Amino acid sequence: MPEHSYTSRAELDQYAFRPVVTVLAPLLCILLQAMLPKTWSKFNYVDLPLIAVIFFAVARRNPITGTITGTVIGLLQDGLTNHPFGVFGIAKGIIGYIAASIGFTVDVDNMLNRVLLNFGFSLVQSGLLYLISRRLLADPAVHLQPVHQLICAVVNALVAVPVFLLLDRFKIRE
Amino acid sequence: MDSFFFRFRNALVLIVIVLLQVVALAVQVQRPVDGAMPGSIPDGRKITLLRRWTVALVTPVERLVHGTSLDTRQVWGNYIDLRHARQQNAELKQEITRLREEQAAFAEDAAQGRRLEAILGFQQKYITKTVAAQVIGTSGTDRSHVLYIDKGSSDGLRPNQAVITPYGVVGKLRDVFAHNAQLLLINDSSSGAGVLLEQTRIRGIIRGTSSGQVQINDLTPDSRIKPGEEVVTSGGDQVFPRGLPVGTIESIAPDPLHQPYTAITIKPAADLNRLEEVLVITGTSTTMPAQAQADAAQAEATAEENKRAAEVLAEKLPSIEDPSAATNAAGTGANGTAANGSVANGKPGDAASGKPLDTTGQNLVGGLPGVPNSGLPKVQPALHPDRYTPGSTPPAADLQPGAPEPKALQDSESSPKPDAD
Repeated sequence: MPEHSYTSRAELDQYAFRPVVTVLAPLLCILLQAMLPKTWSKFNYVDLPLIAVIFFAVARRNPITGTITGTVIGLLQDGLTNHPFGVFGIAKGIIGYIAASIGFTVDVDNMLNRVLLNFGFSLVQSGLLYLISRRLLADPAVHLQPVHQLICAVVNALVAVPVFLLLDRFKIRE
Repeated sequence: MDSFFFRFRNALVLIVIVLLQVVALAVQVQRPVDGAMPGSIPDGRKITLLRRWTVALVTPVERLVHGTSLDTRQVWGNYIDLRHARQQNAELKQEITRLREEQAAFAEDAAQGRRLEAILGFQQKYITKTVAAQVIGTSGTDRSHVLYIDKGSSDGLRPNQAVITPYGVVGKLRDVFAHNAQLLLINDSSSGAGVLLEQTRIRGIIRGTSSGQVQINDLTPDSRIKPGEEVVTSGGDQVFPRGLPVGTIESIAPDPLHQPYTAITIKPAADLNRLEEVLVITGTSTTMPAQAQADAAQAEATAEENKRAAEVLAEKLPSIEDPSAATNAAGTGANGTAANGSVANGKPGDAASGKPLDTTGQNLVGGLPGVPNSGLPKVQPALHPDRYTPGSTPPAADLQPGAPEPKALQDSESSPKPDAD
């Protein structure tokens, strides 16, 4: 068992959440993501479940928990699409793992870092989804749309700021 | 060995979870059936169960939120927006009158079309039964153009049933659950439908693109295909009945990915981004529904009545040229029944003579307002007057039995006829 010194980042900044928040916050993100595009189709640029995955992963700083959280949220998202289960599950699982790993080395309470993290992970998710759809599923209809993905990444990064601030209120220092 | 697993436990957990999902993907991927894209085929039994659980988790909340917002809007519509109802009612009545006239104008063409179809052995499918449904949610991602509706198998819905709005085709049902169903929109990359270009009668297949557009990309360049042409369903896909509006051609460009084909982008007739209510076609028939038959019969009767009125008018007043007739005839279609503008317009008139009446009951045929029949053409003087020339014959009251023929008439009779030699 590795020992943490008193001043290690992991020990200082590792957070936990109440079970009800752990369950309801991602679920609320998925619900809003499913309902809001009905009245405002441009909301599809935002990926609230992705923001939730990144937030919980960097807050807990545990790659295993990050992977599981990402996978579960991704599989729930898959359930609402016409894709096979696993497309978003794989992508968000990997992002959860990387986000939790990065959380050890980056100050995730810094606003600029949060914006950059969300921007970067949004692009990573687009790349992963493209690879899964094109290579694993051999779907010829899927193409890379760099401009669209960049816009999505920017929008996600901007939306993530207030969402992170809101979810910060539910953090419990371990 | 323990230390290896412990040391790399994070990465190992990730690898295991990803591998499990890759295997699950491999199990789920289905072989396309009859050219259908995998995403458009309803799920297998085990996958449906997983999707059912997910949908069961999300849709009750969606239904609740949708119901609440619907109630709020209904309150607004019923109590506050009602002040416009009287005006809307009047406008709708006018619209019904206009549509009845249009229906009458098209009835003859439709009847002829049906006769020709019967002769050629075509099998037309008429929509006999639909189920109205509300859209309660979406897939939440622009990679999957899927909506959720509040009706399911308990309402008689089945997979692969066509979904439409009054404006045009929307998509088809994919997975159907007990109380809700998944609607695959026509702009999803896995969706497809057989279509027909209305003017050129060229058949094609529409497919959605990854960017959410609707395209025909199985046609080679053809100079006859122009932007603005209407696209309707061809009925060849066994899902959508023939003749439903799909949209209009927006642009035509070479398809760089599938040469030598063109990418014909279609603007859907229904607004796929703002769908609130849809109709699921649950029943079709090769015979026209009773209500539609009654409507068609009524329209044909109206058309026949209009035609008779126009014929009476033409018979009684052969030289009348109503300046508005040409405009009205063009406006009501080329059915030939709209020769007289007043009849085609549906304005009240003297049905016996075919001439319209003014407020004083006088016959008015164009011309100056208030001057009866001032629109009648003036008679030109004859080059060679004869007994039929207006004004050459004295009134019958002045003629005496056995009296000699008037001189003017004798002159006209004795004058050589131009075509005699």
